[in-house]
Amino acid sequence: MQGFKQSILVSIWFVFLTFPLMAVRVNTADRIVEWRWMNMLWVAVASFVLSYAWRYMLARKQARNKSEESGQQQGRVQVLLEDMGFRYRAMGVLLVLALIFPLVFDTYQNTIMISALIYVVLGLGLNISVGLAGLLDLGYVAFFGVGAYSYALLNHHFDLGFWAILPVGGILSCLFGVVLGFPILRLRGDYLAIVTLGFGMIFKVVLENWSDFTFGPSGIANIDKPGLFGIDMNIDGSTLYIYYIMIALVVFTILITNRLRNSRIGRAWIALREDEIACVAMGIDMARTKLSAYALGAFWAGMVGVLFAAKTTFINPASFTFMESAIILSIVVLGGMGSILGVILGAFILILLPEYMRAFSEYRMLAFGAAMVLMMIFRPQGIISNIRTKYEYKGLREETDNG
Amino acid sequence: MLKINNIQTYYGNIQALKDVSLEVKEGEIVTLIGANGAGKTTTLMSICGITPPRTGDITLDGDSITGLSAEKIVQQGIVQVPEGRRIFPDMTVFENLEMGAFLRTNKQLVQQDLNYVMTLFPILEKRKNQLGGTLSGGEQQMLAISRALMARPRVLLLDEPSLGLAPLIIKQIFDIIKQINKESNTTIFLVEQNANQALKLADRGYVMENGAITLVDDADRLLENDDVRKAYLGL
Repeated sequence: MQGFKQSILVSIWFVFLTFPLMAVRVNTADRIVEWRWMNMLWVAVASFVLSYAWRYMLARKQARNKSEESGQQQGRVQVLLEDMGFRYRAMGVLLVLALIFPLVFDTYQNTIMISALIYVVLGLGLNISVGLAGLLDLGYVAFFGVGAYSYALLNHHFDLGFWAILPVGGILSCLFGVVLGFPILRLRGDYLAIVTLGFGMIFKVVLENWSDFTFGPSGIANIDKPGLFGIDMNIDGSTLYIYYIMIALVVFTILITNRLRNSRIGRAWIALREDEIACVAMGIDMARTKLSAYALGAFWAGMVGVLFAAKTTFINPASFTFMESAIILSIVVLGGMGSILGVILGAFILILLPEYMRAFSEYRMLAFGAAMVLMMIFRPQGIISNIRTKYEYKGLREETDNG
Repeated sequence: MLKINNIQTYYGNIQALKDVSLEVKEGEIVTLIGANGAGKTTTLMSICGITPPRTGDITLDGDSITGLSAEKIVQQGIVQVPEGRRIFPDMTVFENLEMGAFLRTNKQLVQQDLNYVMTLFPILEKRKNQLGGTLSGGEQQMLAISRALMARPRVLLLDEPSLGLAPLIIKQIFDIIKQINKESNTTIFLVEQNANQALKLADRGYVMENGAITLVDDADRLLENDDVRKAYLGL
């Protein structure tokens, strides 16, 4: 009831505030003033509904927090995802869907899907340094650029093919990750963010100005598409081919990052994220752990960068702006830091939604910001938070068995 | 066993330790007491290699460990329970314990030690799947000690295990420290502000003031020392 009254007040306040904008319109041509009273009604209804929904959601969140504190209750989705049988079946279905997707839809849809998949891999790569190791990286796009430029340049000068460069791009990116990692070993939090941001900027400036090497802002054109035993393919065919390469790359990334997360080094990353001093006290080599997080995160960006260059056949520095880093970071944060499934979902939402809602493209940044604010309030852990693996401790009993 | 010779440690230009020397013999419990800012934690961090001393020498069994990186020192068997517990809040109790055994590869021995800490602190077995951050202060301290024990230390360094705990819990934890020392012959170096409890537990004690050691003696004699009684025991 309290909420109802408050919402009424909010709606009256909004009607008052928006009155000059929404109700009054001066028609200068006919020299008359139009009074659009219906608009006031819409404002009143809309602000009432939104305010009421807002209050309802907040109350629900509070109630849920309480029940979680008392009984360790988890959401239904989370419980379902922890069921391994369900997960394997869901993964199988998704893979089949992904494989038949291009046969059902046209080349335009395939192209969009490829760019979404590119961001899936980028998100998973950044997830290693940001989500697992807790090292904020605002210049991640630089590694993507290293991969793309290494293919473009090696292809241009030495005519090397896609498959030869795919691992090379990843490894070069890895090296860049280590190069970036060294100076920032001692940095933490805000300072780390600033330096990585600077690194991303420097990368773009170098690309733009070192014309002899990178061909400057005009970029590199006529990059070869990936080859398949020398078969000539038309646009539809090569898009299809790239789509399947991309699916394979995504599956490969998921497998490896999943293994990494549950490995020794993955544990070290998580420990590093949680507490640096405790991490050192446990005998974990901090320098090596940090460097490996940057290097292995960068590796995926490099690989997918090679594919990006092969897909667009033209690259220039404009593809590697801070905006891209911000989007990749948003994918990780929105999807759920540390959660592989969350990052995949985040990539699809952030890349596909704007693509299919081109009609509202002017409001894209507004919606982006609003979505971030809403996420921070209602689900700060991301859409799908990290799923924990449960371990059984079977120590004491075993000991008595052994006598 | 662990010997510190004339170390000087600096934070930037500020000297925190002035010519500190001390020795911990095998199987002993040695305590370092002193007021806030005396340099107790810095001494411990210098041993661990986290704030390496600028001059001086630290030896373990006669071999110098000065200048080794922090993780190498852990490998040598010197493990600390950091001040303020510093457990990993988003890991379960079990995962925290596993992190303690990060450097060890013999699974069987790790399992043995896991059983051992679970018998030392049975509450941890009840809490094994709970997140570390949701434990109470006392339980966190127990977890922090257990986590350090999982590395099977030869010298266990404890930094203010009594910090922020109720007297009853402090007593329980100190009893267990004694038990660890007895049962597994672990050498213990205890940094404490709670001078009374620490001296009752320890074999020998060092008193630190303004970055330098001012008194060394057997713990029970320090308990009766007039200066110590006035300054640290409030008697």
